[in-house]
Amino acid sequence: MIKLYTALVFLPLLGAVIAGLFGRVLGDRGSQAVTLIGITTSALLSLYVFFDVTGNNNPVVIELFTWMESDSFEVSWALRIDQLTAVMLMVVTVVSAVVHWYSVGYMSHDKAIPRFMAYLSLFTFAMLMLVTADNFMQMFFGWEGVGLCSYLLIGFWYDRPSANAAAIKAFLVNRVGDFGFALGIMAIFFTFNSVEFDVVFAAAPDVAGKTFVFLGQEWDILTTITMLLFVGAMGKSAQLGLHTWLPDAMEGPTPVSALIHAATMVTAGVFMLARCSPIFEFAPFTLEVVTIIGATTAFVAATIGLVQNDIKRVIAYSTMSQLGYMFFAIGVSAYPAAIFHLMTHAFFKALLFLGAGSVIHAMSDEQDMRKMGGIYKLIPGTYLMMWIGSLALAGVPLFAGYYSKDMIIEVAFASNSGVGMYAFTMGILAALMTAFYSWRLIFMTFHGPARADEKVMAHVHESPKVMMLPLLVLAFGAIFAGWFWFDDMVGDGRAAFWGQSIFIQPANQIFENAHHVSAWVKYSPTALGAFGILLAWWFYIKNPGIPKTIATAHREVHSFLLNKWYFDELYDLIFVRPAKRIGYFLWKIGDGKIIDGFGPDGISRLVLNITRRAQALQTGYVYHYAFAMMLGVAGFVSWFVFGLGG
Amino acid sequence: MTDWPILSIVTFLPAVGAAFIFLIRGDDAIVARNARNVALWTTLITFAVSILLWTGFDTSTADFQFVEKKTWIADGIDYHMGIDGISMLFIMLTTFLMPICILASWQSVNTRVKEYMIAFLLLETMMVGVFSALDLVVFYLFFEGGLIPMFLIIGVWGGERRVYASFKFFLYTLLGSVLMLLAILAMYMQAGTTDIPTLMTTKFDADLQNWLWLAFFASFAVKVPMWPVHTWLPDAHVEAPTAGSVILAGVLLKMGGYGLLRFSIPMFPEATENFTYLVYAISVVAVIYTSLVALMQEDMKKLIAYSSVAHMGFVTIGMFTFTPQGIEGAIFIMLSHGLVSAALFLIVGVVYDQLHTREIARYGGLVHNMPNYAAVFLLFTLANVGLPGTSGFVGEFLVLVGIFQVNNWVAFLATTGLVLSAAYALWLYRRVIFGTLTKADLKDMVDLNKREVAIFAPLVILVLLFGVYPAPVLDVMHESVANLIHNHEVAMQAARDVATVAK
Repeated sequence: MIKLYTALVFLPLLGAVIAGLFGRVLGDRGSQAVTLIGITTSALLSLYVFFDVTGNNNPVVIELFTWMESDSFEVSWALRIDQLTAVMLMVVTVVSAVVHWYSVGYMSHDKAIPRFMAYLSLFTFAMLMLVTADNFMQMFFGWEGVGLCSYLLIGFWYDRPSANAAAIKAFLVNRVGDFGFALGIMAIFFTFNSVEFDVVFAAAPDVAGKTFVFLGQEWDILTTITMLLFVGAMGKSAQLGLHTWLPDAMEGPTPVSALIHAATMVTAGVFMLARCSPIFEFAPFTLEVVTIIGATTAFVAATIGLVQNDIKRVIAYSTMSQLGYMFFAIGVSAYPAAIFHLMTHAFFKALLFLGAGSVIHAMSDEQDMRKMGGIYKLIPGTYLMMWIGSLALAGVPLFAGYYSKDMIIEVAFASNSGVGMYAFTMGILAALMTAFYSWRLIFMTFHGPARADEKVMAHVHESPKVMMLPLLVLAFGAIFAGWFWFDDMVGDGRAAFWGQSIFIQPANQIFENAHHVSAWVKYSPTALGAFGILLAWWFYIKNPGIPKTIATAHREVHSFLLNKWYFDELYDLIFVRPAKRIGYFLWKIGDGKIIDGFGPDGISRLVLNITRRAQALQTGYVYHYAFAMMLGVAGFVSWFVFGLGG
Repeated sequence: MTDWPILSIVTFLPAVGAAFIFLIRGDDAIVARNARNVALWTTLITFAVSILLWTGFDTSTADFQFVEKKTWIADGIDYHMGIDGISMLFIMLTTFLMPICILASWQSVNTRVKEYMIAFLLLETMMVGVFSALDLVVFYLFFEGGLIPMFLIIGVWGGERRVYASFKFFLYTLLGSVLMLLAILAMYMQAGTTDIPTLMTTKFDADLQNWLWLAFFASFAVKVPMWPVHTWLPDAHVEAPTAGSVILAGVLLKMGGYGLLRFSIPMFPEATENFTYLVYAISVVAVIYTSLVALMQEDMKKLIAYSSVAHMGFVTIGMFTFTPQGIEGAIFIMLSHGLVSAALFLIVGVVYDQLHTREIARYGGLVHNMPNYAAVFLLFTLANVGLPGTSGFVGEFLVLVGIFQVNNWVAFLATTGLVLSAAYALWLYRRVIFGTLTKADLKDMVDLNKREVAIFAPLVILVLLFGVYPAPVLDVMHESVANLIHNHEVAMQAARDVATVAK
């Protein structure tokens, strides 16, 4: 078994290394073959592990070897595979395998296929290290590792300045989050004298309520730690405030958006909080903050999604919005619901992205929905996939999103708290908008008159099998995953399913309450979703003139949304430009004028002045100077030595 | 085997090589070729011999090993050599980097090759001597002696403003050294010996400690370099030839940190405690200030030089935490930075050799015709940023873990370095490597040749290995660091006891 687990995690790395180092020798086909073999095997193993671990309550921890050790700071490379990890393993490897296969078709015209495949596999490995971590340091390793791969893949087409800018932005914004995460780890070690999950989680209840001084203030220890960790999660999962990198990340190839910026990496924050449930459960204040941030993100992202014209950006904002749902589920202690939604979302959002990729592929790399339309008959397979994805996203009954999203909205209501009600309100409003922008996307892309030029239209074609077959796997998940795992993950079977991997305060009856909320709570998301779809139909099929009329009538609102609430402009103004200006000032004035001016340059000027005056004493013979120097040194030393000795 | 004075052999073998080169006669081309070969073989053999230090090292003790002691100048001033878990690593770093430096100068140095190689070999002797000296006078001679070859390397084989840079370098370092010399004299007057192990157990008067500490600090702070005495470094780097920068960043800067660990902290414990906040303050300034300055640099070497200052800020913070993680992290950063910054300067050297400019704006899109170069550059950029999995991460994180236990304000401020370093490093990478290849002269540039691959391969391997499995390095230092902390605590306890009695 140990070999099986190790193989599962390291096969993608092996594929990445081989394709990365020997890509030029292996060629495109060879690189694809190595990485595909690695990831597909890994996915099959994961499925086995998933059913084994969750079905038989069979969690394991495998120690590999010591990473770093300094006194009591001991960190190991280890694989921790419990139920929570097993779910993540399944999601990550299955979606990754699908994306690998899809990429064979999607990237077939690219000139750097080995590099692309290597990056994808490397990313998968980093993600697997993250989810199998047994301590905070390894999690941080995976955390930054996926960040690196995200950087590399966003900037994959390095000729484009916009891609390079987006890549750096993604890395930097994530680093701001990691700044919090890193401080959180330090605080954890300071408090628990360990960074091992088991040790920390076991000791957390004893620390609850205790305080320490952090940055000159007295704080509750666990609140501080969890807030710092949450800052890390916000960066990775694009929560409001640290979200600005995600839409720009769409500069990367579409398979990347599907894998990294929808299904897996961006959910790492959700996973982290669920993993740390034994700490978060003792930090009620943090949980409230998580709820508020999550709910606000769900709402704000949905509003922006309403007006975007780039097909990938619409889906990106939708991702951000859905991540908000997961976070407020965690905020009300419904960790299993968050992970359940994480899983279903991974399937249907990857499906949507890959479907969008198929559209983009068909439209000769056009991403602007205003230049699409009228193509549903030309690419019926893709059209069907987009419908399935959208139905699941909007939470239409029987599709996966219906089970998971409604569950989240219900637990928010059932939590019976102020923040819970706020989250509930934001949640159903966002559900309405979700349905609206999803069908806006479908209608603008596939229906109405063809707005692309003839050359593009003549070229519109269905994608090859290697792209369409992977979509079927995801479509299968998008349809059945919710119905199939509802009972196990958030229903009556949940205690048996999750085992010890998630901790919820025993007094908390959130799921019982959620199953007994009143009917209007249960039906309102569905009703609003249906209304949203109708509204989209009314706006974009029935009366296509309306959107424009509304946009002109409320120009301020429209441009506020179109410009994404002006977050980018704000950050540029308060962070980026001042940093550059201060840097320049410190360089020219600080180092140049002040330190050098009064230091070496100033002294040498002074010396030169004195020498000029002392020119009268010049004789021109070197030994005169040498003699004078010797005298001086001797006098100085003897004075010092005897002065001090006597 | 153990009877052999291995330390002295490692120390003086390069000097012997230098003497050989000195004796080479003939026409210029032959002299140059022979000088290169002799230098390369000398450094390789020195490295091979130094491996004996590693394999023969006993990691279970904090005592000095490979000790050699001969009476020398006077009573109490001996030729005393020996290494512990701290100095051994720096010797390995030095002997490891030297062959790389010689290889890196293979084609780029064509004038006065003989003298150049002599200077480098003498420099190696001086550097190894610094790390193995167990007598203050011996230490001082090596420490100051190292200045001269470096001064010449910058001043003779440097760029356009080499004279300005070399004088700035010399003035700064000399100023500090004079103060250190005075301190050494004072210590000799007090203790009657310059034997380092003896001085470590000698207790100096508290007032005197402060003065001695400051005098040593003046010298070491310049070497590290710490803000605000760092401005010589960017100039020196910019003007130095590639290999000069490599040694400067890789080893010479570490003498400052090493000096603080070997002298300031163990010999003047009370003064060290008194000045801890001063060190924190200027280190934090170094991390933030120089990172921001690095962001705006237009010259590749200057940018890397400023980033070195920022990293050294972490080092000084770590040392003054007096926690195992902090000090071990500080040592680890120094070693890792020795590899990473060396590699980064070599990376600049590769394109400088071809285009003869270090101006960032002149480059762009190199990934198109130099993919291997781009990959190597990326790896070291990430190591510089401190990405987990590279050696850069291990040291930095240990330091942060250490400082958080002592002072979380400093930890908080230093952690901003994570964000800032990513900003300047990735921006540099983007401007040089990414984008379209438009400039005509860039299109003619060629990827790494075999010699350059041979230079980078060992660095790549070590940076990754120590990032994933740093145990071989950390194990060496555990005992010595534990001993250092133990002695510090004992001394501080004693000082407190005295203070209580006095009340």
